[in-house]
Amino acid sequence: MLIFACMVVVNRNPIACALSLVISFLGLASLYFSLGAFFIGVIQILVYAGAVMVLFLFIIMVLDLRAEARRRLNWLAFFGGVVVLTLFLKVIFDVSYGFLGGTVAFPAVTNPPHSDAWYIGLTLFQQYKLPLQVVGALVLVASIGVVLLSKRELK
Amino acid sequence: MVTLNDYLFVSGLLFAIGFAGVLLRRNILIIFMGLELMLNAANLSLIAFSRFNVQNGVPDYNAQVLVFFIITVAAAEVAVGLGVIVALYRARQTTHVEDLNALKF
Repeated sequence: MLIFACMVVVNRNPIACALSLVISFLGLASLYFSLGAFFIGVIQILVYAGAVMVLFLFIIMVLDLRAEARRRLNWLAFFGGVVVLTLFLKVIFDVSYGFLGGTVAFPAVTNPPHSDAWYIGLTLFQQYKLPLQVVGALVLVASIGVVLLSKRELK
Repeated sequence: MVTLNDYLFVSGLLFAIGFAGVLLRRNILIIFMGLELMLNAANLSLIAFSRFNVQNGVPDYNAQVLVFFIITVAAAEVAVGLGVIVALYRARQTTHVEDLNALKF
């Protein structure tokens, strides 16, 4: 999964980037399955590896993007990026090795009586009724906004 | 034995890779893919914490509901962002961020 995530960044051809991103998302979904989050894993495959990736490939097709030409590297920006990344990785190492609570094994899940989609549905529709409706409104507004954005004549 | 730290480490690495994509690439679509990778890294750590916080024999499902919301909002965000990119391309015929250095044209 991480290898394909690297290939997203390294590849020069946008289509190869998008396809590596699909494989990376599928690997992430398998990690979700290994953590017992089956519903979220299936949602991940459907939404990301399905819908979002079709959208990306469609946009690449519409825009007719070629492989990126090699350009003069902006050395200042490059070194700035490398420095920021190194510091960031050091923070990750420090935090994950200083976090001793993470070194014990996962506590056992003792044979729950229902499937995990049952529990998510219960939490979603009992505790998070209002956020669910707000998210629904957000998706509606987003879809209307995209239609407006792509229909409007630009100059 | 797989511990919580392993998952957190993978999540951090994934976030760093996405961050590198955002910082180092100049095609705006690839920058967008890096953003998606970073969102997914956050989701992975949330799921790992949810599995770690077992109460009464079941994992903490609040975190999984949060991940569900994040995925929904991310899908909407991808749709809007790609719409903006298409509008930008129609106006300027480029997806390179270095060619887009004017606030007003």
